Amino acid sequence: MVISKHPLRFILTAVIACLPLFSFANIVSDSTKVHTEAVHVVSDSVHTMTEAEHSTKEASHDAHAEPTDVKSKIKEFINHHLLDAHDFTLSANEETGEHYGFSLPIILWDNGLQVFSSSKFHHGEKTAEHNGNFYVLHHEKIYKTDASGALVEGHGGHPENVRPLDLSITKSVVGILFVAILMFLLFTGLAKSYGKNNGIASGAGRFFEPLVLYVRDEIAIPNIGEKSYKKYMSYLLTIFFFVFFLNILGLAPLGFNVTGNITITLSLAVLTYLITTFTANKNYWSHMLWMPGVPVILRPVLAMIELLGTIIKPFSLMIRLYANMMAGHVVLMSIIGLMFIFKSWIGSSLSFVLAFALSILEILVAFLQAYIFTMLSSLYFGAGNEEHHHEEAHH
Amino acid sequence: MDKLINDFSFGLFIWQILIFVGLILLLKKFAWKPILDAVNDREEGIKNALLSAENARTEMQNLQADNQRILQEARLERDNMLKDAREIKEKMIADSKTEAQAQGLKMIEQAKAAIESEKNAAMAELKSQVSNLSIEIAEKLLKDELSNKEAQTKLVEKMLGDVKLN
Repeated sequence: MVISKHPLRFILTAVIACLPLFSFANIVSDSTKVHTEAVHVVSDSVHTMTEAEHSTKEASHDAHAEPTDVKSKIKEFINHHLLDAHDFTLSANEETGEHYGFSLPIILWDNGLQVFSSSKFHHGEKTAEHNGNFYVLHHEKIYKTDASGALVEGHGGHPENVRPLDLSITKSVVGILFVAILMFLLFTGLAKSYGKNNGIASGAGRFFEPLVLYVRDEIAIPNIGEKSYKKYMSYLLTIFFFVFFLNILGLAPLGFNVTGNITITLSLAVLTYLITTFTANKNYWSHMLWMPGVPVILRPVLAMIELLGTIIKPFSLMIRLYANMMAGHVVLMSIIGLMFIFKSWIGSSLSFVLAFALSILEILVAFLQAYIFTMLSSLYFGAGNEEHHHEEAHH
Repeated sequence: MDKLINDFSFGLFIWQILIFVGLILLLKKFAWKPILDAVNDREEGIKNALLSAENARTEMQNLQADNQRILQEARLERDNMLKDAREIKEKMIADSKTEAQAQGLKMIEQAKAAIESEKNAAMAELKSQVSNLSIEIAEKLLKDELSNKEAQTKLVEKMLGDVKLN
């Protein structure tokens, strides 16, 4: 691997850049400690006021107190960012409560299709009424409620209200659609350019031709084999560019966190699992369910382990992509958040440098995760398509 | 784990599956297939071009070798022809030389024979002439001498003595 040395160097650089940061960080946080506490006292009174105001929502709001000091605000912001959103907010003015962005359509299946704009929720602050039904947005999940907007507190901190099937065009769906359209335009353009230009790519898609060839020559053919790689190429290429573009989109300052969403990685892993399972050959199944060359007593045990393994493989795919992308977003946003905590020239600028270095690292990670996902998927497909030669070599 | 399950959204899952599968099918038809076909065609083209270039090169080499061989053969043939010609020439010269020699010898031989025969003839003639002349002389002398007997005998004796010297 050519690239494997670079992250190490980068991490070392980042660590060295961090060293002075911590020494300053202590001093700065010491001086602000008093300040934050003071804010806390003030905001406490505000907090009680808001509680009085929204007494009906008390049950739900109690567990998640309004963010008050900078640190918890940043934490809240990061948590909010990591989740999917029902509206597209680029930034919000806290003092006036104004949000800059646009609303997205809410589509619910609740005794028929219910479609309305997310602006009715006022960013989760109000109860939306549509066709005589009342809905409330709580932690980016829609619950059915009554006119008062009350949520029944359930165990584990989640409300027990009915959740209608939420098919809303959320921020992630917008991101997926954007990437899908982009990919379609880009690659159909590339495909057309071959015909126009005598077999040589031209235009913007040309930049991605080496990547297409890379996926074919370095990922698909070595892992699946020359014989049957062709039927998987569409899936592998789509998943590679889909994950890659969404990872890159996550780095853009638009607030997308699509590949760091467990739903997306789960769906991709499920597709890989289904394709592996339904395109696997006889050899794969016989090796899995009735392993040849092993004592008969052990065979059911091995079959259990192998079957469990087929579930674990896509599960690890799901967790790997999710954890990598989410961790990247958390770390990057935390470091950016540090700038506002330090509020000093040295700390903030060092924090900026670190954030910059990490962003570059994240670009690498964006590519690497797309590569790993595609690579492992093709590895599983390859295992499902392995020919009999394995055994013949034995005897 | 609880957080992961809580983060899962069924609506988003449906959208993602729908969009993603649709994207795969659309791209398969409109992008991946044409792209991979075009790339394959191009690679095949390059491979073929390289192969034909290689073939042309070997053909060229063969041709060159052929040329060289033909040239060599021609040169050899020329050398042989020259050698043959030289041999023929030498043979001809030698033949004509021996023939001329033989001819010359023969001619000399003939000349010698002719000279011999001529000489013999001449000698015979001369002898006959001399004998005739001597007879004439003898006649004359005899006529003269016979008139003078003594003188006659003396002359005969003298002439006979002369003839003997001859």
